[in-house]
Amino acid sequence: MSLTREEVERVALLARLELSPDEIERMTSQLSKILDHVEQLGQLDTTDVQAMAHAIEMSNVFAEDQLRAGLSRDDALSNAPKRDEECYRVPAVLGE
Amino acid sequence: MSAPPYQIIIGLEVHVQLATQTKLFCRCSTQFGAPPNTQTCPVCTGLPGALPVMNRHAYELALVTARALNCEIPRYTKWDRKQYYYPDLPKGYQISQYDLPMSQHGYLEISDPQDRFEPKRVRVLRAHLEEDAGKSMHDEVAGRADSRIDLNRTGTPLLEIVSEPDMRSPLEAKAYLTELKLLLTYLGVSDCNMQEGSLRVDANVNLWLDVDGERVATPIVEIKNMNSFRAVERALTYEAERQFDVWEETGQRLGDVPKQTRGWDDNACVTKAQRSKEESSDYRYFPDPDLVPVMVTDDQLAVAESQLGELPAALRSRLQREYEVSAYDADVLVNQGRAVVDYFVEAARVSRDPKKASNWIQRDVLRALNESGTNIEDFGVCARNLGELIEQINDGQIPGSRGVEVFHQMREARSTLAEAMETLGITGVDSGELIALCQELLAKNPRVVSDVLNGKEAAVGSLIGQAKKSNPNVDPALVRQTCLDLIRQQST
Repeated sequence: MSLTREEVERVALLARLELSPDEIERMTSQLSKILDHVEQLGQLDTTDVQAMAHAIEMSNVFAEDQLRAGLSRDDALSNAPKRDEECYRVPAVLGE
Repeated sequence: MSAPPYQIIIGLEVHVQLATQTKLFCRCSTQFGAPPNTQTCPVCTGLPGALPVMNRHAYELALVTARALNCEIPRYTKWDRKQYYYPDLPKGYQISQYDLPMSQHGYLEISDPQDRFEPKRVRVLRAHLEEDAGKSMHDEVAGRADSRIDLNRTGTPLLEIVSEPDMRSPLEAKAYLTELKLLLTYLGVSDCNMQEGSLRVDANVNLWLDVDGERVATPIVEIKNMNSFRAVERALTYEAERQFDVWEETGQRLGDVPKQTRGWDDNACVTKAQRSKEESSDYRYFPDPDLVPVMVTDDQLAVAESQLGELPAALRSRLQREYEVSAYDADVLVNQGRAVVDYFVEAARVSRDPKKASNWIQRDVLRALNESGTNIEDFGVCARNLGELIEQINDGQIPGSRGVEVFHQMREARSTLAEAMETLGITGVDSGELIALCQELLAKNPRVVSDVLNGKEAAVGSLIGQAKKSNPNVDPALVRQTCLDLIRQQST
C-alpha cells in the first residue's frame, strides 16, 4: 500500500507540521513502508477471530468522586512559553 | 400567517455538565467561577505520563440520565481520542466516545399544553460521556495580540445528548429543550445553568422543499452559540428563512456544499458563518489506550434504575389521575419542579380540595414567588397552612372574599393560619349563627323573598351588604346561598 504525496500533506496539515518538499518526499516513502509492514497482517485468516474494540482486557476501573489537591497556579503555568499572572498566553485565537 | 413553503428539520445536540465534585478523569474541582488555572493537575493539563481514571459518580449520573431518556445501555463501552488542535485543549485530543457510546436509541416525549403541535416522541440517537475543554479569552487590554487560556474547565464531565432530526418547528425544539432540562433537574444530575455553561445547545437544521412533487433537502447547517432557549427558538426561525432565501438564490441542495457552521448573534439576531466543519474522519478517532473500557454490570444498571424516581411525564399523569386536575394544570405544576409538586400534594391532602389547591398555587403562590424571587422551600406560607386556609374557606370559617388577605398576612408575617386570622380580626361564623342572621334579614325584607320566588335570584344581593354590616366575618357567597336555601325551604 502506497501513500500519495497529497495524503502526507493532509496528515501534516492535521498535525500542524510544516514540512519542506524534501521532507514530504521522505515521509511519503517512510510512512508507506510502515503501512506496508503493518499490511502483512492482512495475510492472516481472521474469519474466526472476534473483533477487538480495545487493546486492554481489563475493564471497569473507577475512582471515587473525591477532591484531591492539584497543581498550584504557578506550578501549572511554569512550563508555559508565555504567561501572565493568571493565564497561559497563546497567539490570538481567530474568532468567528 | 400562511404556512411557509418548506418544512424545517431540526436535530439538537445538548451538552450537559454532570453534577460531580471532581472532573471526569482526575480529582480536580469542577467548581464554577474559581480564579483562572487554580483547578488543574497533570492529568487535565495533559502533562506527559499522567494517566486518566474514570470518575465513578460521573459514569453513574450518565447512566441514570441515559435510562431516563429510555436509552438502551450496551454491555460494552469505551472511550476514544478525538484529535484536533485548539489552545484550550492541552492534550491535543478530547477524550470522547466514538463508535461504542455508553447509551443509544432512546427517546423523549414532548407535547404542548396549548396544543400548538401534536404530542410526539423525539428519538435520542445517543448519549455519551466526554470531557470538556478549557476556556479561551481575548485580551481586551492587549488588543488582538494574545488569547488567554484558563484550563479550570478542562476535563469537566459532560453528557452529550444527540437527538435524531425529529423536530419540525422552532417551537418543538424549544419544547424538547424545556422537557429535557426539566428531566435533568428532576434527576438532579445537573444544575442546567446555561449562563455558567452547564447546558449548551447546538442545532442542526435544514429544510425540506417540495419541488414538482419531489422532496428536496437544503444543505445542513449547524448553529452554535445560542445562550438561552429563547435564543434557540429565534436562531432556528431566522436560519430557516435564511436557508430558504439561499435556496431561491442558488438552488443548492444537500451534498452540493460542505456542512457549514454558523454562530448565532443574539444582538444582531442573525447567524454568521464560522469555519467549515471538518469531516469526522479528520478527528482521527481511536480508542484511548490510557483508559480501560467499561462492561456495565447488572448492579450498576439496577442502581441506575432505582434512582430514576418519578419522572415528569409519569408525574403529570398521576396528578391528573389521583387529584383530578386538568392536563394543563398538571403540566404547570410539574414544570415548576419537584418541590412545587410536593407542595401541591400536601396542600391538596390538607384541604381535601386539589382543584382549589392547584388554583391557589398557580394564581397566588407562583406569582408571589416570582415577585419576590424566592423559591418554594423558603416561602412564607407552607403547604399545610395553605391547605388549612382552603379548608376553612370551604367550611365557611373564613369568608372567601378575605382569603387572599389572609394568605398575604400569613406570607408576610410567616404566621400560622390562626395567628393571621387573629391579626386580621377574622373569626369564624358557624352555620347556626349564619342561618339565624339570614332568617332575620329575610324576615325584614319580604320583598326580596317574593322577588326570588318570582325567579329573580339576584335580589338576594341586596341582603349581602346588610349581612356584612351586621357581622363583617360572614362570607358573601355563603350568605347568598343560605338565603336562597331558606327561601326555597319556606316555599315548599
